[in-house]
Amino acid sequence: MNLLGKLSWSAIPFDQPIVMGVSAVMVVAIALLLGLVTVKGYWPYLWREWVTSVDHKRIGVMYCLLALIMLLRGFSDAIMMRAQQAVAAGGAQGYLPPEHFDQIFSAHGTIMIFFMAMPFVIGLMNFVVPLQLGVRDMAFPTLNSVALGLTASGILLTNISLAVGEFSKAGWVAYPPLSELQFSPGVGIDYYLWALQISGVGTLMTGINFVTTILKTRAPGMGYMRMPVFCWTALASNLLIVAAFPVLTATFAMLLLDRYLGFHFFSVEAQGNPMMYVNLFWVWGHPEVYILILPAFGVFSEVVSTFSGKPLFGYRSMVAATMAICILSFLVWLHHFFTMGASADVNGFFGVMTMIIAVPTGVKVFNWLFTLYGGRIRFTVPVLWSIGFMVTFVIGGMTGVLMAVPPADFQLHNSLFLIAHFHNVIIGGVVFGVMAGFNYWFPKAFGFMLDERWGKASFWCWLVGFYVAFMPLYVLGLLGMTRRMQHYDNLAWQPWLVAAAVGAGIILVGIVCQIIQVVVSIRDRELHRDLTGDPWNGRTLEWSTASPPPAWNFAVPPEVSEIDAWWSRKQRTDQASPVRAYVPIEVPKNSAIGFITAFFASVIGFALIWHIWWMVVLGLFGVFATLLVFAFRDDEEIEISAEQIARFERQHRAEAVR
Amino acid sequence: MNTTLAIDKTGQTTSPNAGESDPASKRIVVAYGFWIFLLSDVVLFSALFASYAVLVHATADGPAGHDLFSQVSVAIETACLLASSYTCGLMSLAINSRRRIATYAFAAMTFVLGAVFLNLEIREFASMIAHGAGPERSAFLSAFFTLVGCHGLHVTTGLVWLAVMMAQVAFKGFRPNVTRRLLCFALFWHTLDIVWVWLFTVVYLMGVV
Repeated sequence: MNLLGKLSWSAIPFDQPIVMGVSAVMVVAIALLLGLVTVKGYWPYLWREWVTSVDHKRIGVMYCLLALIMLLRGFSDAIMMRAQQAVAAGGAQGYLPPEHFDQIFSAHGTIMIFFMAMPFVIGLMNFVVPLQLGVRDMAFPTLNSVALGLTASGILLTNISLAVGEFSKAGWVAYPPLSELQFSPGVGIDYYLWALQISGVGTLMTGINFVTTILKTRAPGMGYMRMPVFCWTALASNLLIVAAFPVLTATFAMLLLDRYLGFHFFSVEAQGNPMMYVNLFWVWGHPEVYILILPAFGVFSEVVSTFSGKPLFGYRSMVAATMAICILSFLVWLHHFFTMGASADVNGFFGVMTMIIAVPTGVKVFNWLFTLYGGRIRFTVPVLWSIGFMVTFVIGGMTGVLMAVPPADFQLHNSLFLIAHFHNVIIGGVVFGVMAGFNYWFPKAFGFMLDERWGKASFWCWLVGFYVAFMPLYVLGLLGMTRRMQHYDNLAWQPWLVAAAVGAGIILVGIVCQIIQVVVSIRDRELHRDLTGDPWNGRTLEWSTASPPPAWNFAVPPEVSEIDAWWSRKQRTDQASPVRAYVPIEVPKNSAIGFITAFFASVIGFALIWHIWWMVVLGLFGVFATLLVFAFRDDEEIEISAEQIARFERQHRAEAVR
Repeated sequence: MNTTLAIDKTGQTTSPNAGESDPASKRIVVAYGFWIFLLSDVVLFSALFASYAVLVHATADGPAGHDLFSQVSVAIETACLLASSYTCGLMSLAINSRRRIATYAFAAMTFVLGAVFLNLEIREFASMIAHGAGPERSAFLSAFFTLVGCHGLHVTTGLVWLAVMMAQVAFKGFRPNVTRRLLCFALFWHTLDIVWVWLFTVVYLMGVV
């Protein structure tokens, strides 16, 4: 009986210079960062103000930060793949051996979906939704902190796999029987499964939290039909999380039982059924793409309306379209595997449903266009991202409808055409959306504007880079190139792949511009300070409070009597709002439970991956003890005095007038 | 687009004031959030039910449901769980009227009935495994053990939770946060009962016909 389970020195890939180099850089970077924090004495500040904070704004910022770091990790995987495919033509094998290449494309997909797009979208919602609803925090602030911790724990495990052991080689979807123990005996699949199980629980908590917050805690007078569209899309997205993520948890649990205890859900013996995994996976997977894109649609709605200086065109049809997509997204999952061998009728049904989902999406696009029409548009960075989105996303949507035709899909299935399609909608939709949201809400979060020049440079590089990188993939798909090829013999493909690699390089320049944008903006923050709290002449309630907002968000709960509550308040002639008496506010106390839970979750996950059973038991005991202590604590809230609130408000008013 | 415009115009003049009230009380917010969690748990079970339905005939020449299930044992299990739901309801009434002794008594009854249920289920599992009908025998048995076992795991969690809650009543009394948690526990326990009714029907009744 080995005390460390399957873990030994051979788990560290000393023989692979690329992996060891990257790991070394990562370890050194983390060590430098931790050293700097220690030398500067930032630990107490970080612990008090960030790690243990249950403030939705802080948690939202931390989610976005995690997402930006993971964007760099996922993008370095991408550029390695593009470089490999640009050179590995004919007899050449490129610089990545097959087992490494397989890990890279699996890690790229997993990281970009679960650890870049999801945290970014959840981070934006966390920061914005309570402010737009005019409330002081989420319904369950401490649960929110735990959810962040679990997401971070999943991210940590995925990144540990780089240096200790290996990552999945079965793609980001991990289809059995390839992902069964028989064909993938290593720890790669286990890293994938446990990282996603842990972060999936966190995501489910987030979903429950948002649904409750939006449906049960809104400012007085804010009826459903007065909610900002971003809150509607957040509601739809989180309803989908609540309905879809448990299916993923159940599916992964079954695969884990197969791998750990010899069950036969998806195995090829004892009448297991691998296709059941594929069905279950996409019952989660298709709603997942709408979980990501709906909040992005919400961002575009806010941005387009604010910078056109007009109310959103067709608010009600926008809400109806959002909720229609929410329901339809559960009726199309089979289009991910038309080639499974279902009958023509079944394929036909799912093909038609897929085409129908383009209708509400089209409604949205027209609504944005009509909002822009006749508006006095200010071409700020968020608007550029929004217009770039409209053009790019429509192209991606059309290729999607094309593949919804089952006979066409039989040709295009698993080809680079598919890869081009979903990058077209995910980059053109989700990434452009979170970038627009990042630029739009950054001044609200930090009290100063982001540099416009570098922001625009970044946008143009991303846009041009996207087209150069992915349009060739459509062509390659039609030429018959399948996805996930470590090398290929057909030399006619090479020029297109070189072009795609150049495109990835242009996107890299865009990312560098983005980093410079943030650095320059922080350096010049005193020049770009916004004291009004409303730098864009906004319409919704988040712009009615100071930037950054105080811990209590609103000194008095805002009264809402129509859509675009802040805009209408600004239009009223009696600008001087009546002096209202401030009352003390109770805000939730800081809590270390999120951090402690994340710690034990990481320990349990690592121990399960390496079969270190005593450590699993210890970790479970730790979680139980933590919850017990938490359940028995006495005071959960601290009171902020009326004088403190009044003092803050007076200062904010004085600065805003100046 | 004309229809959209028309809807917009009529909509704004006759705006319904749905959900326009002030933020809800903490008790309602907590219970509502827990309802959403329970719905997600039901979705989890539905995925397991669906897998069971797909694999129910995949016995790989091994035993099928009617060879394995003991109707007597399952009948007692069902009776225990249904009775425990009743005592759990009585416990909720005792909590509402702040009767401490009655709360302990009904909680103890709920706990014992739940424990008897769990004991019978574990015996059933153990005897099946002893007769070579463990989860690795066939896809059908994998699905059976996972579905029923997942429910059993929920009951176990419920028992631990109930014990902790009684400790909280003992040490802290009927504080608002304690009664809120007890309310959530009651919702949880009744949901497990509903899941068991489906389970009883789909697995045990349909398995022996």
